[in-house]
Amino acid sequence: MSASVHDAAPVAPPRLRWLKATISAFNANKTSWVGLVIVVAVILAAVLAPVIAPHDPLEQNILSRLQPPHENYYLGTDYFGRDILSRLLYGARISLVIGIASTVIAMLAGSLIGILAGWYGGRFDVVVMQAMDILLAFPSLILGLILVAMLGPSMENITIAIALTSIPSFARIARAPTISVKERDYIEAGRALAFSDARIMARHILPNIFPEILVMASLWLANAIRTEASLAFIGLGVKPPVATWGGMIREGFENILDSYWLVLAPSLAILIIVFALNILGDGLRDAIDPKLKGER
Amino acid sequence: MSAPVLSVQNLQTAFRIGGQWRWAVEDLSFDVAPGQTVAIVGESGSGKSVTALSIMRLVSAANGRIEGRIALEGRDLLALPEEEMRKVRGNDVAMIFQEPMTSLNPVLTVGFQIAEVLRYHRGLDRAAAEAEALRMLERVRIPSAKARFSNYPHQLSGGMRQRVMIATALACKPKLLIADEPTTALDVTIQAQILELIKTLQDEEGMSVLFITHDMGVVAEIADRVVVMWKGRKLEDAPSAQVFNSPVHGYTKALLAAVPRLGDMLGHGLPLRFPRIDPDNGEVRGQPVEAADTVKAGEAPLLEVSGLTTRFGIRGGVLGRLRGRVHAVEDVSFTLQRGETLALVGESGCGKSTTGRSILRLIEPSAGTVRFGGRDVTKLGKADLLDVRRSMQMIFQDPFASLNPRKSVGSALAEPILVHGLAKGTEAQERVADLLRRVGLAPEMGVRFPHEFSGGQRQRIAIARALALSPKLVVADEAVSALDVSVKAQVLNLMLDLQAEFGLAYLFISHDMAVVERVSHRVAVMYLGEIVELGPREAVFSDPQHPYTRKLLSAVPVPDPARRSLRRELAVDEIPSPIRTLDWSAPRQTLVETAPGHFVRQAL
Repeated sequence: MSASVHDAAPVAPPRLRWLKATISAFNANKTSWVGLVIVVAVILAAVLAPVIAPHDPLEQNILSRLQPPHENYYLGTDYFGRDILSRLLYGARISLVIGIASTVIAMLAGSLIGILAGWYGGRFDVVVMQAMDILLAFPSLILGLILVAMLGPSMENITIAIALTSIPSFARIARAPTISVKERDYIEAGRALAFSDARIMARHILPNIFPEILVMASLWLANAIRTEASLAFIGLGVKPPVATWGGMIREGFENILDSYWLVLAPSLAILIIVFALNILGDGLRDAIDPKLKGER
Repeated sequence: MSAPVLSVQNLQTAFRIGGQWRWAVEDLSFDVAPGQTVAIVGESGSGKSVTALSIMRLVSAANGRIEGRIALEGRDLLALPEEEMRKVRGNDVAMIFQEPMTSLNPVLTVGFQIAEVLRYHRGLDRAAAEAEALRMLERVRIPSAKARFSNYPHQLSGGMRQRVMIATALACKPKLLIADEPTTALDVTIQAQILELIKTLQDEEGMSVLFITHDMGVVAEIADRVVVMWKGRKLEDAPSAQVFNSPVHGYTKALLAAVPRLGDMLGHGLPLRFPRIDPDNGEVRGQPVEAADTVKAGEAPLLEVSGLTTRFGIRGGVLGRLRGRVHAVEDVSFTLQRGETLALVGESGCGKSTTGRSILRLIEPSAGTVRFGGRDVTKLGKADLLDVRRSMQMIFQDPFASLNPRKSVGSALAEPILVHGLAKGTEAQERVADLLRRVGLAPEMGVRFPHEFSGGQRQRIAIARALALSPKLVVADEAVSALDVSVKAQVLNLMLDLQAEFGLAYLFISHDMAVVERVSHRVAVMYLGEIVELGPREAVFSDPQHPYTRKLLSAVPVPDPARRSLRRELAVDEIPSPIRTLDWSAPRQTLVETAPGHFVRQAL
């Protein structure tokens, strides 16, 4: 719904200024640009995998199995003679899709729970947050393992399992700022203007706490990708022969002593994307925090 | 006259903001003679606090620079190396700040903090320093100083903390005390005590005081000489009496005309508008006009509050059992007519804000009835409550907190209109434009965001938003307390205009007696959650009946040095707490009518 015409074009200048402020804050912490570039590159590689992959990731070539990297196979081949580079590119798709989908689900569900708990407070808050704390007490891998074992290792189930493990963190990160924003006069003014609770939460609280949730999401994306890889490594990932990074490490593990490259390439891939997401998240946090201070 | 203690010549202080140097203080010169009190007065952004920081050289070297000459007893402070300067701070020049809680370390006892200063600056050993610290606490008249010595800052009230700060500042017998808004955060009776204490200590120690404030009343109370600052420049520098009686500069005239003075209203039955003043040349355009009689006395009251009580439980212990209650509002009853302004006055913690919020049921009252237009608000279901609330709006103290920073002003004003389906599309836009015009802003400003407005403009926007639903009652909770004097006068004028135009009833919650006298028809004085006196404004101010009302009125600083109150005794009373045990029952008291419409609380 359109709040008013004032929300239209003329609003652009302040928004652009916000973007500029974010970019300049990003500039203050140069390493976050490195994170951003790597993340964008990985996403591009995953999207363009069918175009840039030199081989079919599932095509087995028994004659050229366990070959070390050379000009035909830049990263070598695995036990079945499949091209590791191609499998790596396709594996990025699985990692990113599961990672992003589970983080988005966790972000939506967790924020909703956190805002409701923070807004209503009292017994509802205590019960909900205690439940979240119990979930949080499980290491995410163990919880994911239990859930996948119960639901079965399909892509949807893995996504749901990983999302469930990170919901408590989002609920917490949404609840704390909700409680502080709730005390502000403009929220009280909204109540005096007879706005419904749902409206106040959606239109007045959410936009004010969203930056903090977004920063959390960028950090949790790395965690989700790591959890997915871990699940795949212990055999609860997307079923073979589909290429996943965790699965590639698992398969390569058997030959690690004489064919180290089987494990090295996917391990480095996980390391790089997790590292890049973490420094990107740190950069985002730095970019958003001072702005919030300046605005108050 | 002897040589000045402090001589500031051609002071220029600049800050680097976004790569550019901006002058915060330009070409400022003034002297402080021994034993003299000089007040620097100005509104926010006038550079008065920056001047204090420049004298202490507390402006960060990376982003600020100070030029000119600041001589303390002939020694140029700006030329001293940092090491020497550190000895000057605390030893020769001491400073106290507005917020004593943040200036004291919360994890150390107050005695330790004073003793630390003595050990560091005067090289006393531990025992001697502690004995001296105890003596200092007694000097600032802290009752049972020995017991207070080992208290932590949070265990003391705001006034007591400010006393501790003064003790710390005076520990090394400075030649100059810089006091930066030291009483702004305090209640008026506590403010009077602290001002009195500073004056007494000044006589005893023979030190000079540089007093920084925005409050002309405080200036008149304490200053020998006044420096008026505006946008970083000095406009006036003269003895107090001269500044107050025959100000030279237009801005000073405007500033003084905008100050509500207690006692100004004798002979005026109705609220009085502030004169319109041109801030550039200070010309007064037109005499102050009495507002029209807006009170609809013959009608049934718009709001009838009876026996309103709001208590909050205090839980403690492992099981979270109820330990006591805060009796925030106790048995409060009053009525309000259409077009009438009833002021609720009192000091912090007296329950005046809670009363306002309980009426709108933003806080659930524990007992009593609130009848608004014939309906009992306390018994309404959720849907009916939302319906009634549209006719009751609220304006808050902090204009920076009361607008959502992420919503443009236009959409913030349009939201209530759209949500309640009062208008749509272009009609809604027109209403928004009209609201902005009504509060004296241009409709084009709707596209801007709250942080692009000044404090006064934001308060206008908050008022416009409250008017969006055409309410009948507006609860103004300290609505002008955070505003500068001249802006305050404009906003009050606006509120009077709107009252005349829409027949609004105001519940005007304030701690500022002078403002209340200016704008209200009737006044209710609150103390510890109860109304102790309620009556027509003129009766309450000229003939206060309850001892607390008298005390409150005598504590208000009057902006006229000639009427500087005689030395009061050095009182150390604190405002008692409304926290009671579970079995506490209120002493049986009742409101007695001493004159028509004038009620005073008395024991039965």
